[in-house]
Amino acid sequence: MRFPKRLLAGVAVLAIVASACSSTAATPTAAPATQAPAVTQAPAVTPAVTAAPKAVTIEWWHISTGQPGKSIFQGIADAYMAAHPNVKINITVLENEAFKTKLATVMQSGTPPDLFQSWGGGTMAAQADAGMLQDITSAIAPWSATVNPGALGIYSYKGKVYGVPWDMGMIGVWYNKALFTKAGISAPPTTWADFLADVGKLKTAGVVPLAIAGKDEWPSMHLWTYLILRMAGYDALQTMIQTGNWNTPDCTAAGDQVVALNKLSPYQPGYKSATYDNEAAAVGNGQAAMEVMGQWAPGTEINDSANKKGIGDNLGWFPFPMVDGGKGDPNDGVGGGNGIAVGKNAPPEAIDFLKFFNSVYNAQKLEEPSAPGGSDSMGLSPVVGVTSTDLSAPLQLVLAGRDKAKHIQLYLDQATSPAMGTAINDATVALFLGASDPTKVCAAITTAAAKNK
Amino acid sequence: MNATQVGPRTGGRLSAKWVTIILFLLPGLALYLLFVLFPVVQAARYSLYNWNGLQPLTDFVGIKNYVDALNSDVFQNAVSHNVFIIVLSLTLQIPFSLFLAVLLNRRFYGRALFRLIFFLPYVLSEAITGIVFSLFLQPSSMMDTTMQGVGLGGFVQDWLGDTGFVMITLFVIISWKYFGFHMIILMAGLQGIPREIEEAALIDGAGRWQAFRHVTLPLLGPTLRVSVFLSMIGALQLFDMVWVMTRGGPVGASNTMATLMFKSGFQEADMGYGSALAVILFIFALVLALAYQRFVLRRDIEGAVTAFNG
Repeated sequence: MRFPKRLLAGVAVLAIVASACSSTAATPTAAPATQAPAVTQAPAVTPAVTAAPKAVTIEWWHISTGQPGKSIFQGIADAYMAAHPNVKINITVLENEAFKTKLATVMQSGTPPDLFQSWGGGTMAAQADAGMLQDITSAIAPWSATVNPGALGIYSYKGKVYGVPWDMGMIGVWYNKALFTKAGISAPPTTWADFLADVGKLKTAGVVPLAIAGKDEWPSMHLWTYLILRMAGYDALQTMIQTGNWNTPDCTAAGDQVVALNKLSPYQPGYKSATYDNEAAAVGNGQAAMEVMGQWAPGTEINDSANKKGIGDNLGWFPFPMVDGGKGDPNDGVGGGNGIAVGKNAPPEAIDFLKFFNSVYNAQKLEEPSAPGGSDSMGLSPVVGVTSTDLSAPLQLVLAGRDKAKHIQLYLDQATSPAMGTAINDATVALFLGASDPTKVCAAITTAAAKNK
Repeated sequence: MNATQVGPRTGGRLSAKWVTIILFLLPGLALYLLFVLFPVVQAARYSLYNWNGLQPLTDFVGIKNYVDALNSDVFQNAVSHNVFIIVLSLTLQIPFSLFLAVLLNRRFYGRALFRLIFFLPYVLSEAITGIVFSLFLQPSSMMDTTMQGVGLGGFVQDWLGDTGFVMITLFVIISWKYFGFHMIILMAGLQGIPREIEEAALIDGAGRWQAFRHVTLPLLGPTLRVSVFLSMIGALQLFDMVWVMTRGGPVGASNTMATLMFKSGFQEADMGYGSALAVILFIFALVLALAYQRFVLRRDIEGAVTAFNG
């Protein structure tokens, strides 16, 4: 008797939500207005459920140990609990590495938290294959259109959605405007040929053109991914990832471009044993003119620079240039971000909370920097309609680039399984360090893919 | 000796003694079983599966992980790096420690201070040593500017970035950290040798070198053999310093068995393969330890281990 009644109530709620959300999607500019129903709706749900006011606890693990992230997350949870007295959200804040270890342990015992930090991609796919995640495709269908589809795609696997993103950025080239001027470069390059020419000009002007990190491996891997994305195009890259056959002309051609870049000796002294922090410091101290990096670069450069200020307004951003004769779309990007995955035992309330979490009102809070013109926001929200005008100019460019991209390829070492990710990083960094050649790189990745099938 | 006599005589009185022994051994034994033997057995079991650490253990692959490891260039390279460190430790580090031990065993002003200075690096943790040296060795950092300052600029290397040089750099740092430890062990050994023996040799007409070579050195044998043993086992298990300084790079040029094991298991989530590497490393160390005890340390521990074999 009770069950169908609740089901009916649920359907009614979904209908309300659907109508509310469709209006959000249609008129993204009316952000504050659409927010209001999302919150006032909550009390309306409660009476319907009062037939069985069941106490529910949601376990949520996140890794935002610093401020303001920690308080923002707690604030959103508190607001939801205030509107839903029967729901208790237990937050566990863990440091990144501790989180990964602890999550692996609870997964082995089959009890994942209801909501937890995720980067999507290959690691999430492995968790889904192990049956640790909940398929939320239909549960979020009424409001999934409010999230950037490229970003949501990263939390989908085999056509099913297992999590929701709250941060999505794109990798591009961060550059020092003053050093570009010094080298006589008037505008950022739009083609790879121009890029190489500019590297030459910077060299001539006595400037280190590009910073990479040989010890950490992944920074240069992103540059290589961009080359292959521009050469082969998004679909052909997907085929390589899925079939595991990287012995393709496009893969070798991308490697050839790295060799061409290497010939110019463009990297900072000690790049072979440099960490990502060394790389960020080189740019942040004004010693190197460029780095290929994600949306977090400005903050890291500031923290790692000697004066703790970075290069300020001299920092600019441009999308990775188009490779001449490549088959890819120049607007496509390589990117990624943060999200929340849903554990297999999560109650329906957890998914309802995610909807609340990703409302324009809350998403705006995540994107807002601490001061106007700041680059220290928690993340670049993928929620449609969020517009943080206080973001720094380069971050606005990143956002514009992300929204213009038809496809965003998730970081290659995240998109694939951990074993494949490591193999790709190992193989590509060897190319940048001059210890391999393009054919060997593609063969090594293909071999690793065959081994990990 | 007592243990062998106890065996045949069994009675109420003695079994009460055994109960006491077992009771006192129990806590230590339980911890040993739980935290040493059980994980070893578990690792051996995992090594027979293709397992990413998440799913249930279902994909049994037999000895495939072992075959893959032994056939892999990367693993063979890692083993060769361990062997490189062992060989250099035995030929350079221990003789150097012995030289210092003999030197500091003589009486001179400030001897205690030198002993302290030489022993200090051993007190630091490997992780801290690694971080400190990483900073020193960064290009154009302290090491490079110092060398240029004293006119040795031509010898400057990309210390941790050159695939051909990184193992030499690591060996020097490992030696810097551990020579003091071996020096102290050897000094303790030297102090156990009565001075009169060497004096007698000198009176009999032996030169200083002859007295050292034919009298002191043989008497120092037991200590030296222990020092060599510790050095070899340490080099086999080399991990912390390498992981902190190079993470096995660049391009795998400083991988050791232990860094490769960690990387496979925890970075690549290939727990089965990582476990196989762990078992191989365990077998290497065990075989080395047993063989060394049986053939080299035999005369030093005569009657302790060897007595059981009759």
